Amino acid sequence: MKNLLILGAGTSGTMMANHLVKKLPKKEWKITIVDQYKTHYYQPGFLFLPFDIYSSKQVKKKGSKFIPKGVDYINDKIELIVPEENKVQLENGENINYDILIVATGTKIAPEEIEGMSGPEWYKSIFDFYTYEGAKALRNKLREWEGGKLVVHITEMPIKCPVAPLEFAFLADSYFRNKGMRDKVDITFVTPLGGAFTKPKATKALHYLLEEKGIKEVTDFNIERVDYENNKIIDYADTEVEYDLLVTVPTNMGDEVIERSGMGDDLNFVPTHKGTLQTLDHENIFAIGDATNLPASKAGSVAHFEAEILTENILRYIKGEKLKDEFDGHANCFIETGNGKALLIDFNYTHEPVEGTFPFPGVGPLKLLKESRTNHMGKMAFKWVYWNMLIKGVHIPFVSATMSEKGKKFDIKAN
Amino acid sequence: MDLNIAGIRLDVTEDGYLTDVSQWNKEIAIEIAKKEGIELTDKHWEVISWIQEQVKNEVALSIRGIKKSGVLNIKEFYALFPGGPLKKATKIAGVPKPKSCI
Repeated sequence: MKNLLILGAGTSGTMMANHLVKKLPKKEWKITIVDQYKTHYYQPGFLFLPFDIYSSKQVKKKGSKFIPKGVDYINDKIELIVPEENKVQLENGENINYDILIVATGTKIAPEEIEGMSGPEWYKSIFDFYTYEGAKALRNKLREWEGGKLVVHITEMPIKCPVAPLEFAFLADSYFRNKGMRDKVDITFVTPLGGAFTKPKATKALHYLLEEKGIKEVTDFNIERVDYENNKIIDYADTEVEYDLLVTVPTNMGDEVIERSGMGDDLNFVPTHKGTLQTLDHENIFAIGDATNLPASKAGSVAHFEAEILTENILRYIKGEKLKDEFDGHANCFIETGNGKALLIDFNYTHEPVEGTFPFPGVGPLKLLKESRTNHMGKMAFKWVYWNMLIKGVHIPFVSATMSEKGKKFDIKAN
Repeated sequence: MDLNIAGIRLDVTEDGYLTDVSQWNKEIAIEIAKKEGIELTDKHWEVISWIQEQVKNEVALSIRGIKKSGVLNIKEFYALFPGGPLKKATKIAGVPKPKSCI
């Protein structure tokens, strides 16, 4: 009997368990998945929780519900990965040996990386919305907040779901408008990049959104510290931005177990081949989703496309065949723009998001890089798709793992 | 878009980044730097080759990376390329601008 071990039962790990249980012969392979937490969160919902669009119940379910029969599910913390001995140590002292390991340990926020961020004002006037706790604390704050300077801030790249902070700013505009207090709130978007939008097509098509919503932009801001006593963030060029309410996306890092096991880069992300998803250091270890160092977006859709290719590659690896070098960085994301509208973007390693129709060329019904109500309905329907199809490893019809160039208006090469 | 530097026609993005890294050379770097109001010193060249090396190895550029570069610290980086150091240094080094997904 051989062992396939999956570390992490988040979006990627759960998908891989569901894919592989259908493909690996039960008599030859035992599949085990380990995660320290019992709850599976619908992470895209964390964006809506602060604005009372989703309730806290809508974004979490019991993790065991999504692990298929035939897969051994262990609830324990992972102490160490020992690639030289093909084994993983759990906190309870148990060792699990593996023939193939899939690392799906994700990414998490590390506010302690910036001086003053996670200090005494954390969850008082400084919040994240990338965790269930943060999103919920922020919801309670927003319910009673009387207005002032709202700063939506990105600490450093890469981050999970790179558009989420911008969506947060758009939704905040709608939220305060609906509450009849938009005039009391000043919204500023602060980014370490050259702009809220960084690609030529998107900047051209979408910059009006910031102007229309009265959102100010502070660019090239590389935060050095939070001066929580004087309510301001300060960057390395000594630029200061004052806030009354700071909603920040802290540094994103891979899990500490990756660091403890000496398998990660500076940010604890696992160096991984960008086309095959095999880790660069160990041929029987594969990585998927946010845990990798791939230059793709850290997003559920990316993990979904990766899972289809990784499943194929695991089967090829077992048969001793050459791996498919096929993952192209495909991502497909709805972007909330507020007022019941959303955008849809579809892109990969080499092609920037452009205008067009999706998934049927020339037909749609979804429009790329344009605001529409249909796109917003798509985003809302996605919660159902996530719980019922995506993490169960059901193929989403008409959407291929690699990006299609059909029905899109390309005229300049992405850079 | 294109840009004429030292009599050579270069393909650049709308914000002035080379689209073809192989077109880059030191004369071009000096001219781009001038447009940014920067006179290149030995330290600048050291930073430029470090950046090019990172990009070649597909390591994402960040301020954090500068901290660990062993070439210079962040304050020095800001002093060499005032304003947006990553943005300016990458433009001069002829490598793509650090970006997000849209």
